[in-house]
Amino acid sequence: MERGKTMKLSIPEEELVGSGHLACQGCGATLCMRYALKALGQNTILDIPACCWSVIDGPFPHTSVKVPLFHTAFETAACVASGIRAGLDVLGRGETNVVAWAGDGGTFDIGIQALSGATERNDNIIYICYDNEAYMNTGIQRSSATPYGAWTTTTPVKHFKKMPKKDLVRIMAAHRIPYTATASVGYPEDFIAKVKKAKEIQGTTFLHIFSPCPPGWKSQPEKSIQLARLAVSTCYFPVYEIENGEKYTVNKVIKKPRPVKEFLEQQGRFRHLTEEQVNGIQKNVIVSYNELLKKAGLDLEVHVEIKK
Amino acid sequence: MAKGKIIYKRAKDIPLNAMSVGSMLFNKTGAWRNVKPIIDYDNCIKCMICWKFCPDICIVIEDENPVIDYDYCKGCAVCVVECPKKCISLVEEGR
Ligand SMILES: Cc1ncc(C[n+]2csc(CCOP(=O)(O)OP(=O)(O)O)c2C)c(N)n1
Ligand code: SF4
Ligand code: SF4
Ligand code: SF4
Ligand SMILES: [Mg+2]
Repeated sequence: MERGKTMKLSIPEEELVGSGHLACQGCGATLCMRYALKALGQNTILDIPACCWSVIDGPFPHTSVKVPLFHTAFETAACVASGIRAGLDVLGRGETNVVAWAGDGGTFDIGIQALSGATERNDNIIYICYDNEAYMNTGIQRSSATPYGAWTTTTPVKHFKKMPKKDLVRIMAAHRIPYTATASVGYPEDFIAKVKKAKEIQGTTFLHIFSPCPPGWKSQPEKSIQLARLAVSTCYFPVYEIENGEKYTVNKVIKKPRPVKEFLEQQGRFRHLTEEQVNGIQKNVIVSYNELLKKAGLDLEVHVEIKK
Repeated sequence: MAKGKIIYKRAKDIPLNAMSVGSMLFNKTGAWRNVKPIIDYDNCIKCMICWKFCPDICIVIEDENPVIDYDYCKGCAVCVVECPKKCISLVEEGR
């Protein structure tokens, strides 16, 4: 659409997600889809296993998205995409984007076998995982993407999660996947650029998107975007990409990280943590970030002072 | 794609192959709202940051202005927090 000189939009104007959908107020997962489809365009087929997005889309025979969407079983995001791809290729429709779209539970846990299989075969699909760090659709149970320290209904306060978050992007890199990246709804321009890049690549691509969830994180809906950005500026969720499993690029280099406490304290799911536990998280965040900077060949080491 | 709500009265009307034939636009989510964002156009710089971050796709661009569609706005207040000019205010919904 033609626009006058005064207004410049930083992301495409076309909307392929409509209003009236069933997501909660301030849902990051919905913004993930909105941005991804802006990058993918109309010539796209989605397949979605059981997750919040199966509900957000709306009940049969209604939908919120303007592209075909297959609802599939929980563990099958990647293999259904592989099948759709094979079918389209027979029909000579190589141009159509096939996108597996799943939550962290459907990706890090139950769907990892199918994802690993598709990636090893290098099937020409785009896999997008929106990560809200728990099984939200069924009422906030822990997943292997739930971070250390978080409350969920299956890791209640006294028994908060003791295991660290699984580093799935590294697992994907170990497959020598042509392209894998992390992104955040706090930075839609970066996210959209990555989806566009994935679209151009023949072979499997995997995007891991940080996606705030107010009811699951016990955070304020209006803070969703702020939290997504804080996750990046504290180095809690770095935004980077890896080509062919080897070439690391950090897309947002944080030279002076903000204390991770600023991110944690705005979420009820971390409210029970002691100062010592928060300091432990801070230490791990910085260690991992410095490792990442090193892998990207950056001559930089960051610090955050822990106040005693 | 149909805009209204689709209701099948008889089982035999349901398509054999379950597929979506209508949009969710019938679902006026504005009824969920308990606070209402209001844009002060005198201070708005038309940066469209509010439009960019609205999770409900209910800020539309009309003549280069952001316009909130209250039929769908859920009152999450993301736009209020993100507006760099702080020109979106929140008022309580009275019902
Ligand atoms: C085989 C199987 N086990 C369990 C379920 C129930 N189930 C539906 S959605 C869901 C959680 C999905 O979590 P995630 O993938 O993180 O997506 P989110 O709901 O957080 O968006 C579960 C456990 C199911 N549908 N199928
Ligand atoms: S539970 Fe979380 S991810 Fe699911 S619709 Fe609500 S805000 Fe979105
Ligand atoms: S309050 Fe939320 S739903 Fe309403 S216009 Fe603002 S961002 Fe959109
Ligand atoms: S974010 Fe604020 S200043 Fe920018 S267009 Fe929206 S209302 Fe106007
Ligand atoms: Mg989840």
